[in-house]
Amino acid sequence: MTAPGAYRRERLDRGIKVRSDDIFALAGWAELVYLAGPRVAAAVLLLVFPLLRNWTGDYWQTVFLVAVAMMLAAVSWAFLENVGLVSLGHSLFFGAGGYLTAIAVLDLRLPPLLAVVCGTVVAAAGCGVLLGPVLRLRGVYFSLVTFALPLLFARVIEATKILGGTEGLAGIPGLGSLEARQYLLVVGLLVATFGLQRLLDSDYGLVLHAIRDNDLSVRASGIPVGWWKFGAVVVGALPATLAGAVLATHYHVVGMSAFALDYSVLPLTAAVLGGPGTMAGAAVGAALLVPLSELLRAFGTLRVVAYCAVLVLALVSVPEGLFSLVRRRYHQFERWVPL
Amino acid sequence: MVDRVSKQFGGVRAVDGVSLEVRPGEALGIIGPNGSGKTTLVNLITGFVRPDNGRVLFRGVDIAKSSVEARVRMGIARSFQTPRPFYRLPAFRNVIIPLCSRRARERLGSGFGRREEVALDLLEEVGFERDAAAVTKPASELPHGYLKRLELARCLALDPQLLLLDELFSGMSPAETASLIPLLLRLVQEGRSLVLVEHRLAELFQVVGRVVVLDFGRKIAEGHPAEVMTREEVRRAYLGGEVSASA
Repeated sequence: MTAPGAYRRERLDRGIKVRSDDIFALAGWAELVYLAGPRVAAAVLLLVFPLLRNWTGDYWQTVFLVAVAMMLAAVSWAFLENVGLVSLGHSLFFGAGGYLTAIAVLDLRLPPLLAVVCGTVVAAAGCGVLLGPVLRLRGVYFSLVTFALPLLFARVIEATKILGGTEGLAGIPGLGSLEARQYLLVVGLLVATFGLQRLLDSDYGLVLHAIRDNDLSVRASGIPVGWWKFGAVVVGALPATLAGAVLATHYHVVGMSAFALDYSVLPLTAAVLGGPGTMAGAAVGAALLVPLSELLRAFGTLRVVAYCAVLVLALVSVPEGLFSLVRRRYHQFERWVPL
Repeated sequence: MVDRVSKQFGGVRAVDGVSLEVRPGEALGIIGPNGSGKTTLVNLITGFVRPDNGRVLFRGVDIAKSSVEARVRMGIARSFQTPRPFYRLPAFRNVIIPLCSRRARERLGSGFGRREEVALDLLEEVGFERDAAAVTKPASELPHGYLKRLELARCLALDPQLLLLDELFSGMSPAETASLIPLLLRLVQEGRSLVLVEHRLAELFQVVGRVVVLDFGRKIAEGHPAEVMTREEVRRAYLGGEVSASA
């Protein structure tokens, strides 16, 4: 930016962006590709990666599985943040999904796939009920409660030795092959990312946004705010509980570590890094963070330091979020114009 | 309608044993100096505040303990004294919010795919020009008078049987109020009940046939506007207040 004194930077929508903004998108292949291209490319990448097992090796396939699970958690976090519920305890959803799946498969003897589905849904509903009484809290007060809940669960399990105590629940049968688990998560991720974004863009999303900004007027408009928030929590928790459920069948064990702080911090970090406000941004953030964390293993004990350094660097240099930056560059071009 | 309701905030008796009644197809004005309990009374009727004692009857049913949403479903809507729009949303999307409520879906048929159309109709009704830029502007960029009308449109989206308007006219230009008065009169003609809390008495008296005067949370007078304003206690209450009656 040398001597911008006599110049200012101007950002303009690309022609194709303007053309494809409206129904004219159907006018030609170029516009269709422009609109659908990035989404389709991302989806294809996710669907193809598990097929490359011979080439990548099992290690990176497992990293992929964990990454997709974290992407789900991040999407879940971003959805709730969008409706004004900033969660600092996403491991609550994650852990609940894992434990309930373990119970379903070990105690109720359900087949693994059914157990995962039941664990996912019941955990999301249960978390909704659990958080129901505190949904009237706003902003940081709600966040603090969500921060405390997973810690509380972990301590209760430790102290009362229920649910296997510190040992956890072991012997969970695997859910099919590695590929089956990967594809279950990938499909879940695609549905969650595009579905939740779609939901937010609909009239229902409008109401959810309105509740965040001005719940008094929403109540005066005859909309039961409490029930809507409850619904948002249950729907928003689903991706995270699914991630917890599938990872439990992958590791064959679920323990107190499912309620660990890591699972609360990562979705939040991913969403901030990727670009807050969008589902895809959160997913992109998680897709970068998990492999990054693996690559940094070479640093040994200093791994966390290197991880934090990368994170701070990214946040300072691209405060709008990586996904938001790329999306802006995709839709707009920049030029310097004289004043 | 409202039967001896009281509400105390700390040591202040905001509303103290007030009773009043509005019939279908009637417009009632509530006036009184600042802090006399007018807005609290609106909050009591609409459920934003629960009364300490007394009853709130709507079509013969005691709704004193019902939630705001339940009351809206029965047909009670209110506007806020200070407009509380959804600032980030365009004007017509502001009206979509109430159109998502159960009441609107049942009464106005604002199901999926019909909401934009109904919203535009409602905005036109309160004086937005259909194709004007104001319809698609975010509420944060609209002038005060438009926000007031937006507030009214939000209420009309609930097809209210009882409509409580808290200082609708305040901050509006004479031309703006003049354009709204025929709409309010038509709502009354349609058989709806209107309750107007108002400081602008000249405009108020064009709409209502009866006023209730509050002072320090008590009802000090009720009756025909012209007659009430001549009473000694009303004059005293108003001279103590900061509002000069224009009637």
